[in-house]
Amino acid sequence: MPLLTCAHMENVDLMDRFQQTIDAEVKIEPKDWMPDKYRKTLIRQISQHAHSEIVGMLPEGNWITRAPNLRRKAILLAKVQDEAGHGLYLYSAAETMGVDRDFLFEELHEGRAKYSSIFNYPTTSWADIGAIGWLVDGAAIVNQVSLQRTSYGPYSRAMVRICKEESFHQRQGYEIMISLAKGSAVQKKMAQDAFNRWWWPSLMMFGPHDSESTHSAQNTIWKIKRHSNDELRQKFVDMTVPQAEYLGLTIPDPNLAWNEERGHYDFGEIDWTEFMQVVKGNGPCNKERVAARKDAYAKGEWVREAAVAHAEKKAARKLKENVRA
Amino acid sequence: MSKSNWPLWEVFIRSKQGLSHKHVGSLHAADAEMAIENARDVYTRRMEGISIWVVPSSEISASSPDDKDIMYEPANDKVYRHPTFYNIPPEIGHM
Repeated sequence: MPLLTCAHMENVDLMDRFQQTIDAEVKIEPKDWMPDKYRKTLIRQISQHAHSEIVGMLPEGNWITRAPNLRRKAILLAKVQDEAGHGLYLYSAAETMGVDRDFLFEELHEGRAKYSSIFNYPTTSWADIGAIGWLVDGAAIVNQVSLQRTSYGPYSRAMVRICKEESFHQRQGYEIMISLAKGSAVQKKMAQDAFNRWWWPSLMMFGPHDSESTHSAQNTIWKIKRHSNDELRQKFVDMTVPQAEYLGLTIPDPNLAWNEERGHYDFGEIDWTEFMQVVKGNGPCNKERVAARKDAYAKGEWVREAAVAHAEKKAARKLKENVRA
Repeated sequence: MSKSNWPLWEVFIRSKQGLSHKHVGSLHAADAEMAIENARDVYTRRMEGISIWVVPSSEISASSPDDKDIMYEPANDKVYRHPTFYNIPPEIGHM
């Protein structure tokens, strides 16, 4: 079967050139040849990232109407609007891979697509909005700064834009925490309580240990991923501990201690059973979040249809005018 | 395909007077007017632009990456198109 061999040879050649491009730190662009697995991995990763931004609006949206004052409300609105924007940059990047946006929505709504598990935790007090901005956005920044150098051009460019905007998210959260931590005894308690609940889920955001991470090896060779889960998690802990100390908060981990020799903080083991439960859909808010997305999408159906009908009517009118003229 | 599907548009933004429009990404909209309004919300929340172009993605014709060699390689051996190809005596200074 000489034909098959020939096609196979060609594929090997393309694969070599693809890897050489990546090794030379040259970005892969939408129309370039790429292995199917690279395309599939990126569609999965970028769309999950987009879903996370969109679902991430829900826990925070919960507090827009109850923000303590107008300044905080305007800030929270702007932040949640940014998250919508980030979701759209990412869906747009995913679509350059040839996947249809409605298909991605369908995957989310049918429960086939994942999103960051952190958004399956409830926001029970105003302090949670501070803790989310500071910790959740803080962890996201560590991850996204690393992804700015990812090998796929459109994904990398979306990350650059997102990182530019994300810094405000973390700072506004930390500012909320400062107000509470320097406030009354009740406010201090609120801050500590929110910190206790968000600390561990934030560490889980970086995913399983490197030794347990299923896609890591190939994704590192293809430079989709630039740093390992454990590396990024350590970076986040080292960054965040002094910030917690400044607030006078106690880190809810008895094993947390500075390790002089390593030059890093040591910290305790994550409850991986909880992590797996939330990933599998059994977290406190998994069902509520997907239901809210489905509901919003269904309720928007008439708007999408009306807009198309209006656009068609306008186009027809224009055509008629042009014919007459 | 549902009848509510909006087509894809490519968005180009001029960040300030004196610079050209630059591609920033894409979005979905029912028509050009809505595409411009959406582009404003998605791509210029922080004064990133003063002018927006939107083009239906289906209307863009692009060169193929497979033609890279035929298209651009011939320019490779025409080094005499670059100023550094020419030796100017140092006494002349900047030219």
